[in-house]
Amino acid sequence: MAITLTVNGASRTVESAPDTPLLWVLRDELGLTGTKFGCGVASCGACTVHLDGVPTRSCVLPVEAVGEAEITTIEAAASPSASPTAQAVQAAWRDLDVVQCGYCQSGQIMAAIGLLEETPRPTDADIDAAMAGNACRCATYVRIRAAVHRAADTMEG
Amino acid sequence: MTLHTNRRGFLRGGAALGAALVIGITPEGALASDAIVEVNPFVRIAPDGTVTVLIKHFEMGQGTTTGLTTLVAEELDADWDTIAVEFAPSDNARYANLFFGSQGTGGSTAIANSYMQYRQAGAAARDLLVRAAAQTWGVDPAEISVAQGVISAGGRSAPFGEFVATARTLTPVAEPAVKDPADFRLIGNPDLRRKDSAGKTDGTAEFAIDVTLPGMVHAVVLRSPRFGGQLVSFDATAAAERPGFIEAKALPTGAGVVVYATTTWEAIAARDLISAEWDFAAAENRSTDELVAYHQGLLDQPTYEAREGGDLAATNGAIAGAATVVEADFVLPNLAHAPLEPLNCVIEPTETGVRLHDGCQFPGITHPTVAAILGLDPAQVEIRTVYAGGSFGRRATPSADYQSEAAMAFDLIGRDRPVKLVWTREDDLKGGFYRPIAAHRARIGLDAEGKILGWDHRIAAKSIIKGTVFESVLVKDGIDHVSVEGAADTPYAIPGMSVGLTDAESAVPVLWWRAVGHTHTAYVMESLMEMAAERAGADPVDFRLSLLTGDNPDHRRLTGVMQLAAEKAGWGTPLPEGRGRGVALHKSFNSYVALIAEVSTDADGTVRVEKVTCAVDCGTVINPDVVTAQMEGGIGFGLGAVMRNEITLTEGEVDQWNFPDYEPLRLTDMPVIEVHIVPSTEAPTGVGEPGTPPAGPALANAIYAATGKRVTRLPMTRSGVTFA
Repeated sequence: MAITLTVNGASRTVESAPDTPLLWVLRDELGLTGTKFGCGVASCGACTVHLDGVPTRSCVLPVEAVGEAEITTIEAAASPSASPTAQAVQAAWRDLDVVQCGYCQSGQIMAAIGLLEETPRPTDADIDAAMAGNACRCATYVRIRAAVHRAADTMEG
Repeated sequence: MTLHTNRRGFLRGGAALGAALVIGITPEGALASDAIVEVNPFVRIAPDGTVTVLIKHFEMGQGTTTGLTTLVAEELDADWDTIAVEFAPSDNARYANLFFGSQGTGGSTAIANSYMQYRQAGAAARDLLVRAAAQTWGVDPAEISVAQGVISAGGRSAPFGEFVATARTLTPVAEPAVKDPADFRLIGNPDLRRKDSAGKTDGTAEFAIDVTLPGMVHAVVLRSPRFGGQLVSFDATAAAERPGFIEAKALPTGAGVVVYATTTWEAIAARDLISAEWDFAAAENRSTDELVAYHQGLLDQPTYEAREGGDLAATNGAIAGAATVVEADFVLPNLAHAPLEPLNCVIEPTETGVRLHDGCQFPGITHPTVAAILGLDPAQVEIRTVYAGGSFGRRATPSADYQSEAAMAFDLIGRDRPVKLVWTREDDLKGGFYRPIAAHRARIGLDAEGKILGWDHRIAAKSIIKGTVFESVLVKDGIDHVSVEGAADTPYAIPGMSVGLTDAESAVPVLWWRAVGHTHTAYVMESLMEMAAERAGADPVDFRLSLLTGDNPDHRRLTGVMQLAAEKAGWGTPLPEGRGRGVALHKSFNSYVALIAEVSTDADGTVRVEKVTCAVDCGTVINPDVVTAQMEGGIGFGLGAVMRNEITLTEGEVDQWNFPDYEPLRLTDMPVIEVHIVPSTEAPTGVGEPGTPPAGPALANAIYAATGKRVTRLPMTRSGVTFA
């Protein structure tokens, strides 16, 4: 059954079974591998994408349930035409060398962009609330927190 | 494979390093006008002057791609922003870990074993370009200077690319002079950014799970629910309901059923529809409570004396004369590594054999193992190393476990198309290769002045090493060194110490877990140190320092980090009500780390880890920010595990399922971490692991200081500690 999605601004038609989680449609069918598989049960956040701008766990969202929502993945969030918030987050992550293994970071960045779009000047408590669901086994959390603050600083400029 | 030295062995002189610098000109032919110059196995210069460093170690986040590239760039005076990084192929002859004699990463050795090798590689490239420039310009090589990829002499200057054609006609030297450390501009530079940051920030970094090839099929494996179970039969009829299901085949080992499908999801969903019968006759059928009791029983009669010069009878005699005796039992659980990228690899047919795409930690083991399974000559096997989404030891099995499964899966489907084999998170947590359960028992006798008279320390754990390719190197006189490392060889000057070891037997597969034996020995040693200090009426820092007064590097360097951490953490200054500080000091992988953790507790006793102050001495520092990051991450990894993590069995089946019941450290758990690095000109030592062992005991000691509760059974949540 063909399903039509809006992914990173483009209309894409996929043939996946309707119960297929959006994560696997993005990765295995559309080749958008920047979004990662970590747990499959919405418990680590590696699969975070935006649905109409809202950070969403794609590993438990059946593709049939996406409907008209606009899907944004790390590939778009890292493009030169990305929003100022997305660009500030990307720059902060690079400036502070947040990454170690890097596997969770697409999800961390999508969560951070979602937070900053909603709350441009987040407190530590805001960061806790928005990002505690994004696990990093390398424990880069000190820098994740610092990078979110730095991105907020840059945007305030 | 051959292992020439201890996994954590010391550098064996500089000559061997020079000899490893085999010089060769490009295989495309030295005379080809557009040929790349392969200065040596580690440095390649393109006709346009682009320098590429070939990285013989894999990158799991510990910073090897940055560190090894820094060593070359430093000696070559290359431009940091443009120097390129590429993973080396699998080749024991050229890319062995000089401490292992085989290509592989582990034991926090990546920088330590490569330090002179990669510097010399860079220096040879610089020498080659300088001679080419001297010849081109007709000047003395001594008049030439090099900086940031530009060669200058007199008034002239030109980038590397100008001299590549001439350089190709010259022969690189094998043992070039390297810089005086006083002249370093990149080594030790705190402003040098990681080479892998950009790709890992914009989603383009390639992990094995991202490899996509034409015609590729996706596979998962249905494994025995108990370790050591054997497949009797299976029924895949219902799997045909999945539109993407291809087929299911029993592994020849009887360990499981490979399920093939058109996508990962289809394979996972099809596997859920397959039923199987298992024979558990040879399986581990016990529950964790039985296993723990069994381990504790083994402490009564140690099989081995693991401490050099240790004598249990003499220790007992000394303790018999003690004024007071500290006694304690500890139990530390099985732990899963749970790297965030679930285990996976891709194997594809090539014209001459196969290519494996893998975040490959031990090519020296994986390469011959895959060749043997497929009946191929090793020359027919190629390993393409890509980024690994964490490991913490899990990707370094002596049996190449998941790559072997992939090779079998590739064979079973006819070897005619690429196969990507993926473990789910449930497969990972239930799939074994855990940090072994460790039971410890100690009796420490003190005299009336609080001085130690005797220390009877016993450990029971399943050997990680016995029965593996590492046994001949790491097991001596029956003693698996990694079961007792950090205790039997403690640098503390402890009189009358005996360390007894008994191997536990179980079908549960065990494996090194970030810092290996130190993960349990440091917890126990540093908890005991605190208990003994209290009994002696001594300050915990002073008590430790009193056992480190020898005129030797271990004592000097441990004292150095202990004093630095104490000073930076304000040790001894008053704390608000409900707060407590705890110390831990430990040497591992030839590095020295002191931590002081500070916790707060609220009215109902809920604990929050507020801050950890770290002092580390890891010799010469290549990249201070990477060292800081590894301390932050290593401490976090250690904290998360002791707080909440354990793998338990009920009648042989793993109780945990996924992250909701094997809860990883979260952002909200992470304390402020302050890292202080001791300046040093000693050889570089380990960084990836040494931050982890002292994290647990520093937290335990801080909790004791704040609450009076001593945790001897991990995880802490099992012992009644609640965390905010």
